[in-house]
Amino acid sequence: MSTAPATQPSFTPEADAAAVRKAISSTPRPPRPGALSAALAFGWRGMLKVKHVPEQLLDVTITPVMFVLMFTYLFGGAIAGSTGEYLDYILPGILVMSVLFTTVYSGVALNTDLTKGVVDRFRSLPIWRSAPLVGSLLGDAVRYVIAGTVIILLGVILGYRPGAGIVGVLAALALVVVFAFGLSWVFTTLGLLLRTPNAVMNAGFMGIFPLTFLSNVFVDPATLPAGLEAFVDVNPVSILATASRGLMEGNADSGDIAIVLAVAVALTAVFAPLTTRLYRRR
Amino acid sequence: MTTHAPLAVEATGLVKSFGDTRAVDGVDLTVGRGSIYGVLGPNGAGKTTTIRMLATLIRPDAGSARIFGRDIVEEADAVRGTVSLTGQLASVDEDLTGRENLILLGRLLGFKRTAAKDRAAELLEAFGLSEAASRLVKNYSGGMRRRLDIAASLVVTPELMFLDEPTTGLDPRSRNQVWEIIRALVAEGTTILLCTQYLEEADQLADGIAVIDRGKVIAEGTPGQLKASVGSGALHVRLLDPEQRPTAEQVLSRELGSVTLETDPAALSASCSAADRAAEAIAELTRSGVRIADFSLGQPSLDEVFLALTGHPTDEVSTGQPNPIEEEQKA
Repeated sequence: MSTAPATQPSFTPEADAAAVRKAISSTPRPPRPGALSAALAFGWRGMLKVKHVPEQLLDVTITPVMFVLMFTYLFGGAIAGSTGEYLDYILPGILVMSVLFTTVYSGVALNTDLTKGVVDRFRSLPIWRSAPLVGSLLGDAVRYVIAGTVIILLGVILGYRPGAGIVGVLAALALVVVFAFGLSWVFTTLGLLLRTPNAVMNAGFMGIFPLTFLSNVFVDPATLPAGLEAFVDVNPVSILATASRGLMEGNADSGDIAIVLAVAVALTAVFAPLTTRLYRRR
Repeated sequence: MTTHAPLAVEATGLVKSFGDTRAVDGVDLTVGRGSIYGVLGPNGAGKTTTIRMLATLIRPDAGSARIFGRDIVEEADAVRGTVSLTGQLASVDEDLTGRENLILLGRLLGFKRTAAKDRAAELLEAFGLSEAASRLVKNYSGGMRRRLDIAASLVVTPELMFLDEPTTGLDPRSRNQVWEIIRALVAEGTTILLCTQYLEEADQLADGIAVIDRGKVIAEGTPGQLKASVGSGALHVRLLDPEQRPTAEQVLSRELGSVTLETDPAALSASCSAADRAAEAIAELTRSGVRIADFSLGQPSLDEVFLALTGHPTDEVSTGQPNPIEEEQKA
C-alpha cells in the first residue's frame, strides 16, 4: 500500500460530507428482490470467492485425483485383475466420492462465515431468510461440477471410455450433484451446530468416510461378510454409485435413480428447514 | 420534542440473557426521529446486545420495542426494511473487493445489475474509496474498512441506522472522517443510534445519551445535563511566574471558591461551572498584576461522569467481566 499522500484517495471532510449527502439523498428505494434473485446474488458471492482464491479448489480436486491414481494402480490388479478393468468400475465411484467429500466443505464454509460480521448484515436485510443458505449451496454446486469434471477428465486420460458417451457422463454428473445438494444440507446443519470450522471438518469426514467406504464405490460387495453386505446394499451412496455407473454405461436402473432422487429430496426436506431455523437463531 | 409521528426507537424493559449472564437487564430507550442518540458504556455493558435486538438479529427474552411504530418481533421484516446495521465486527465481506461488496448489497436490496453497479460506483466515490474499489477488503486499512462498512449501510438510505462503535481502533484522522459522515447522515434526515465506549464521541455527536452499565440504563439526558448532574467544571490557570501563585490563589479563592494547587508550580485550578464567572476571575487576576501564561475552562469529562454515576471507572468492568457478546459469538 502506498503511503505517499499524492496517491492516497484524497478525503477532505468538507468536500466529502457534501458528496456523502448527495449520495444519500439521490436514491429511491427499489422494490424488494424476489427469493430467487436474492439466492442467486448469494450464489454469485460464492463464485466470487472462488475467483479470488482459486487455490480452494485444490482441496476438492487433489484428494480425488490421488484416490483415482492410488486405487487404480495400487489395488486395481489385485481387486479386479487388471488396472483397466478396475478403472471402469472405480471411476464412477470416485466421482461420487469426490463430490460427496466436497459437500463437507459447504458446512465448513458456512461455519467460517458465521465468525464474520457480514452475516449480521445479511440477517438484517429484508430478504427471504433462506436466501444466504440456498444461494451459497447453489454456488457450491458449481464446485461440485468442477470436482466431478476433473475426475471424469482424469479418467478419460487414463483410458476410461464410458459406454453411454458424453450424454451418459453428463447425466451421471447431474445425478451426483443433485444428491450432493441434498446431502450438503446435513453439513450446513452441522456447520451451525458446531463451534469451529475444524470441528465441522472432523465431524463431517467422520461421517462421510465410513459412508463412502462402506459402499460399493471401491469393491463389489459380494465378497463382504453378510452383515456388512446388507448395510452396503442399502447405503444410499452405493445406490448412487450403481446409478452413476449405469448412466455412464447406458444400462441404468430407473428404480435406483428414483431412490437417489427421493433421498436427496428427503434430506433437503428435513435439513433445509432445520438449517434455516438454526441460521436465524445464531 | 413533540411529534405525532411514531418515535424512531421506543423500547421498554428489554431483557436478554446468555446462560447465567443477564447481558441486557431491563433497558428502556426512547429515540426521536432525526437525532443522534448515544448509548454509552464500557465493554460488556450490553450495548451490542441491545442493538442486535433492535435490529431484529436476536429476540428479546422479555420486554418489547418498536422501530418507527413497528414491533421488532411481530413485524421484524418491516423493521428490517427501515434499518441498517454497521456492526462492531466490520459488517462487510473481507474476501470480496469493496465494489463487489456494494454491488452484492445493492442486488440484495432489489437493484438490477446495472443499477447496483452504478450505485456502488457512486458510493465508492462519495466515501473516497474509488481507487481501492478493486482491492480485497482484507487489504483495506481500518479507516477504509469503516467507510466501506458505513457505505454498505447506505446502499438504500435507511430511516434508522445502528452504528456499533464506529470508530473503535481508528486513528484520529479516520475517526474525524467517520464523524463527518455521521453528521452528514443526520443532516439528510437519518436517525442514528450510536453505541460507543468513547465518551468524547458521544459528547461530540449525540443529542441525547443513555449511559448503560451491566445491562441497565443508569442515566439519561443531553451531554450537558449529564455533565451538570455530576458537578461543576474547573478553571485551569498557568502563570508566567510561579512566585505569583500565592497571590493568584488568594484572588481565585475569593472569586470562585475552592482552589487546588497543581503539581506544576506555576499552575492552579479552581472549581467553576459558569464561563462568565471564569472570565471575571481571569480579569481580576490581571488587575491584581498576576501574569497569565494560559488558562482553560474544563468541563468534567464523561469519564468523570461515568465514575460518578457508577462508582467505578470505565475500564474496571471491561477487564473484570466477561463480554457477553464475545461469549455469544464463540458459542
